[in-house]
Amino acid sequence: MDEHHEPNAALTDQPVTAPAIGAQASTPYAATTPETVFEAESVSIYYGDFRAVTDVSFQIYQYEITAFIGPSGCGKTTVLRTLNRMNDLVDGARVEGDIKYHGASLYGPNVSAAAVRRRIGMVFQKPNPFPKSIYDNVAYGPRINGVRGKDKLEEIVENSLRGAALWDEVKDRLKKSAHGLSGGQQQRLCIARTLAVEPDVVLMDEPCSALDPIATGRIEELMQEIKSRYTIVIVTHNMQQASRVSDRTAYYSVLTDDKSDTRTGVLVEYDRTERIFQNPRDPRTEAYVTGRMG
Amino acid sequence: MAVTTPPPAIDLSDHATWRRVKSNIAVALMVVALVLVAIPLVLVLYTVVKRGIGVISWDFLTGDIGPQISKQGGIGPAIVGTLLITGAATLMAVPLGILGAIYLNEYGRKSPFAQLIRFMSYVMTGVPSIVMGLFIFTIWVLRFQFSGFAGALGLACLMLPVVIRSTEEMLLLVPDTLREASYALGASKARVTLGVVIPAAVGGIVSGCLLAVARAAGETAPLLFTILTVTSVNSSLTGPNTALATQIFSNATSPYDAAQARAWGASLTLIAIVFVLTVAARLVTRRLTTPKR
Repeated sequence: MDEHHEPNAALTDQPVTAPAIGAQASTPYAATTPETVFEAESVSIYYGDFRAVTDVSFQIYQYEITAFIGPSGCGKTTVLRTLNRMNDLVDGARVEGDIKYHGASLYGPNVSAAAVRRRIGMVFQKPNPFPKSIYDNVAYGPRINGVRGKDKLEEIVENSLRGAALWDEVKDRLKKSAHGLSGGQQQRLCIARTLAVEPDVVLMDEPCSALDPIATGRIEELMQEIKSRYTIVIVTHNMQQASRVSDRTAYYSVLTDDKSDTRTGVLVEYDRTERIFQNPRDPRTEAYVTGRMG
Repeated sequence: MAVTTPPPAIDLSDHATWRRVKSNIAVALMVVALVLVAIPLVLVLYTVVKRGIGVISWDFLTGDIGPQISKQGGIGPAIVGTLLITGAATLMAVPLGILGAIYLNEYGRKSPFAQLIRFMSYVMTGVPSIVMGLFIFTIWVLRFQFSGFAGALGLACLMLPVVIRSTEEMLLLVPDTLREASYALGASKARVTLGVVIPAAVGGIVSGCLLAVARAAGETAPLLFTILTVTSVNSSLTGPNTALATQIFSNATSPYDAAQARAWGASLTLIAIVFVLTVAARLVTRRLTTPKR
């Protein structure tokens, strides 16, 4: 039966399947407006007397990937860290203005930072697994949040590792130290650890900057896989990455005031990713995304 | 046919002779320094073993301390006293010191109160041990009595700053990224400290504490004014007691040959105890810090 199969027939497989892929991804922006997860209104962030970010307002939508890009010192990581109150840990950090999370103020009087972080997880720049076994790393979050029972924990660990596309690589060595994994595996373990507490939002602070291109590609694939269930906000220095993975992009820049010799981060432009990269409104954005500045 | 000229020979020989000479001189100086360092260490061990090994026997280790002139008798009560007093001092100083260091590094951080405590513990590390002995003598022994407990108090005062400092340094080595990772999962401060920071530092903490214990076991000065150095077994913390270090002191300064021999035997015993504690510290550190890959 196969005798009429031409040697190069395999090549034709790709054009055949390509439309199917295109059909799946055809309408990234549905006509209905997605639900707002974060709403920042005139947010300024200070470290002591230093105003790191000035007057930032934006909305972040559910089940989308939002990228923060911009040069060093523009405050994109600072903004990210205020979204789950990680900046509370920095001495002298202070937030002005209001950030609402599903309508509730994140910096309201009775808000518990721990409760915020349980819903809004974070993946850091450098993979930072605990010096524990792979299993204990993933089980740590559920345990501190009161999950007991071996069966339940094992189920969560397996599901989280599968969710982070790491299960097949580590299923035979769950009791081994997480420090024996490669950098890319460690970062996926950190993602699995974050997913294990079933957050609503995953914040990613340059998650691939310590990884090689192959490991980076796997993390990016992973982000696409999980975005149907999680809202993702990613800070990245890599513009290609922002254009590849994100639905919306926010471009931050540094504003320098020569008179008072101060600098502060501002949000220059925030729009759909293709708009930011192909037809930005602001000349500063254009200069940055085309590589003429920054 | 073109005539092929052979490529010029590449010279890989070492022309930097003076640099090599300087390097060799430096290596030679280091070897000399190593030998000089080793001499006192080896001589101390050699002398103690040579003089002490002949005295050691089961009877010596368990026997009562007789009169100094007697050739009979051992150091049993002193071993009991050393273990008892050092153990009690450890129970006082180690938990307090570890908790204090956790407060300093995880909670107090840069606050003025924490800075004051940190500074005081640094100063206390430098206080001569005989001053600690006098201190306990004044505030405890003069008011109550000579006792193993008083000796343990003196040793605990010496151990406390060492435990605080070594523990705090170990906690300082735990990277903040681990704390952040834990906070980002919704952990409270107590959870972060107990679940991540302490486990990450436990090897260093345990080894620092064991070294502090080993150090205290050999201390003489804080015990001189506090336990009275009696000659019979006292397995209670109340009432006068005795210890290896003070027995060595009183026997070695005695005019009798038998007593001096006993002092050597006691010295060897004490070194053996400290050695065991130090090796234990090493093993524990290695066991707790090497991740299983």
